[in-house]
Amino acid sequence: MGRVIVEVMPKPEILDPQGKAIATGLGRLGFTGFTGARQGKRFELEVDGPVTQEVLDAAAEAATQLLSNPVIEDVVSIRDASAEHSAQQVGQV
Amino acid sequence: MSAPVAETVPGTASGQGPRIGVVTFPGSLDDHDAQRAVTLAGGQAVPLWHGDTSLGGVDAVVLPGGFSYGDYLRAGAIARFSAIMDAVIDAAKGGLPVLGICNGFQVLCESHLLPGALVRNDHQKFICRDQKLRVENTSTSWTSQFEQGEEIVIPLKNGEGGFIAPEHVLDELEQSGRVVFRYLDVNPNGSRRDIAGVTNERGNVVGLMPHPEHAVEPGYGPDTRAGVRMGVDGQRIFTSAIAALVGS
Repeated sequence: MGRVIVEVMPKPEILDPQGKAIATGLGRLGFTGFTGARQGKRFELEVDGPVTQEVLDAAAEAATQLLSNPVIEDVVSIRDASAEHSAQQVGQV
Repeated sequence: MSAPVAETVPGTASGQGPRIGVVTFPGSLDDHDAQRAVTLAGGQAVPLWHGDTSLGGVDAVVLPGGFSYGDYLRAGAIARFSAIMDAVIDAAKGGLPVLGICNGFQVLCESHLLPGALVRNDHQKFICRDQKLRVENTSTSWTSQFEQGEEIVIPLKNGEGGFIAPEHVLDELEQSGRVVFRYLDVNPNGSRRDIAGVTNERGNVVGLMPHPEHAVEPGYGPDTRAGVRMGVDGQRIFTSAIAALVGS
């Protein structure tokens, strides 16, 4: 089973009230080193077979049509999850 | 899925007047209020279900307020792909009067029938208040019975009501008179240029964040000089559409 990760962020010029609230919360907890925070969305799309270019293209199409609203959001990443997973495991070792 | 909730509110059935469909999505809250507003304005309220593929020959459509599909993904984003929206989009492009209130406005923006988008209130809180508005365009299907520049008060209640669009789109909306309602005194949600409601080029599709269906009957509306809860400024949104349909 393959998995595609799609990440969506609010456009830089758009005020992100959720990110602002998070930044305030961080400061209150003593994380004073973070000067800002923005919140986006991560989607994991599963397919039966491997993640082929065709699958990535379909994910890109879905990202534009449904997963994001181009008026207020940017699709910042579409990638095969398997590559990311091994990288995380390396990081844990 | 069957249509267990798409029934006319008891006591609001009426035998005559234009037939105005009110769509119920899973999570719609103000569908019955909208049906009631249609009936009080002299129309026949026709319940429509999100799974329907036909509008049943109605003369106009209202997309009501609420939290369709729990506001999952983005407010209005899932409702936009429900079965009935294909029919609504086709009919709107053909000139059918369509009104989107609050969540309905969000659905119309997600459907690209109206420009822009609605984002979380800039102050991060849900807001509920009697809101003063200025009517800036009286030539739409839903505003012909107002005076140009008239100030009205109707309830507002939203968490994601900040109207936003690229600057050039905002400029175009202003220049072509497509800003229909503007917030007065207080901008309750950070909407760009105090925009509370907009229309499409043709003027048949109108979306607004405040709730006219909650200001249609004395005793149940906003407070006014006439008395507590006596405000009925929302009623003319519905009578405007009905008068145009009767006259046509």
